[in-house]
Amino acid sequence: MRDGAHVVKIELYVNREGRSVVARPADTLLHILREELGLTGAKPGCNNGDCGACTVVMDGWPMKSCIMLAVEAAGRQVTTIEGLRDTPIQRAFAEKWAFQCGYCTPGFIMNCHALIQNRPDATDEIITDWLQSNICRCTGYKEISEAVKSVLVTGKDTL
Amino acid sequence: MIPFNFEYYEPSTIQEAVHLFKVLDDQGKHPLYYSGGTEIITLGRINEIYTGAVIDIKNIPECSTLAIHNEKLILGCALTLSELHDSGLFPLLGETGAGVADRTSRNKITLGGNICSQIIYREAVLPLLLTDSEVRIAGPGGMQQVPINQIFNQKLQLRKGELFVQSITDTSYIHMPYTAVKKRKVSAIDYPLVTIAAIRTNSMIRLAFSGVCSFPFRSQMIEEIINRHQIPLQSRVEEAVNHLPAPILDDIKGSAAYREFVFKNTLFDTIRLVGGG
Ligand SMILES: Cc1cc2nc3c(=O)[nH]c(=O)nc-3n(C[C@H](O)[C@H](O)[C@H](O)COP(=O)(O)OP(=O)(O)OC[C@H]3O[C@@H](n4cnc5c(N)ncnc54)[C@H](O)[C@@H]3O)c2cc1C
Repeated sequence: MRDGAHVVKIELYVNREGRSVVARPADTLLHILREELGLTGAKPGCNNGDCGACTVVMDGWPMKSCIMLAVEAAGRQVTTIEGLRDTPIQRAFAEKWAFQCGYCTPGFIMNCHALIQNRPDATDEIITDWLQSNICRCTGYKEISEAVKSVLVTGKDTL
Repeated sequence: MIPFNFEYYEPSTIQEAVHLFKVLDDQGKHPLYYSGGTEIITLGRINEIYTGAVIDIKNIPECSTLAIHNEKLILGCALTLSELHDSGLFPLLGETGAGVADRTSRNKITLGGNICSQIIYREAVLPLLLTDSEVRIAGPGGMQQVPINQIFNQKLQLRKGELFVQSITDTSYIHMPYTAVKKRKVSAIDYPLVTIAAIRTNSMIRLAFSGVCSFPFRSQMIEEIINRHQIPLQSRVEEAVNHLPAPILDDIKGSAAYREFVFKNTLFDTIRLVGGG
């Protein structure tokens, strides 16, 4: 993959599984996740880094997969919404009704999940700073914020 | 989807990166150094940037340096704005950088990419201008270290194939009083109407701006006016507007008249905040 061809083989680790794909270096990670690996949880929204619907977690940190090339993800641990099962933040989203149409939900959950893992003691300021990375066109921000706070307050032992 | 193909290279040394640039350029591939890649991807998607080959510099150790040596803070160009903020080593740069985009995007946007970006704001350069930082530039002729105030004129004046590797800042600046204020039109995440960064040294206030004109700048003339403490602050601010280095931006984000209004108010507040009223 480092030799400058127009199509390259990339070894990805997605949701704890090794996945080998053939892609253009110009392909975004979002495109490869959806079109080559069939992982459609990360959503295309703006394709411009603005909306956060495509957020995945990479080596523990949230990343917008529309502004990352698939080749950049080689050898790194990528987690998509399909890789989360019954986590505290997923339960909290359901309990707090933190979604309406649901399109932005995977991106929000991945960002919130990374926030909880990285900043279990996050202040309101940090929560706002991180959550501003995602847009919810149904404007369900209050419930989303409540969901993440409920995990930060009650969920520390389970993380 | 990026509508053109490019080759991807991932050198592990500066020499290799610079050499690759030359070879690819000679082959007519219009190579670009690739740092966070956010601008290359977003402008590439709409055909506003074209390249036939990108040279990803994130695997070059010098580009990720974050260290203090002999009272100099050395920052690699591939450090992300989030890393700079979270390190807490250069609070003015951390906070100015934290005004760019949103937290998740800042996990990808890098210091070098922001300063070398085509997009006109390049807000991360302001703290480097204020602190008389130096930059290490690698090119075909080797590495040179240059004061940023010499080489940054509207943008970093790099020759073809040159790579901005690191910034070097005297740590004595890092503990000086500072402030960074960013005013946007409406939302919490947006390009600036006006961003002002300021520090107060022993002798004077220094000021650098983005969003006011079509490029970021530090102006010694404006600093000289603002530091005339015998004159009322309001008059100094009014006078400063007459010495901007270029016309005030006039675009969809704000008319020139509105930007001027915001500029004056923000400048007034900034000086008060940094303690030079
Ligand atoms: C959602 C969003 C919001 C944004 N909001 C703002 C904002 O408010 N303010 C603001 O200033 N910007 C903002 N930006 C733009 C952002 O500044 C650019 O996309 C970003 O700075 C580019 O950084 P990068 O590391 O991704 O650079 P890249 O895309 O890797 O590179 C950008 C350019 O710089 C060149 N380059 C990169 N590194 C070097 C180097 N070391 N030496 C020489 N040349 C180099 C590249 O060849 C390319 O031409 C925003 C971007 C996004 C996605």
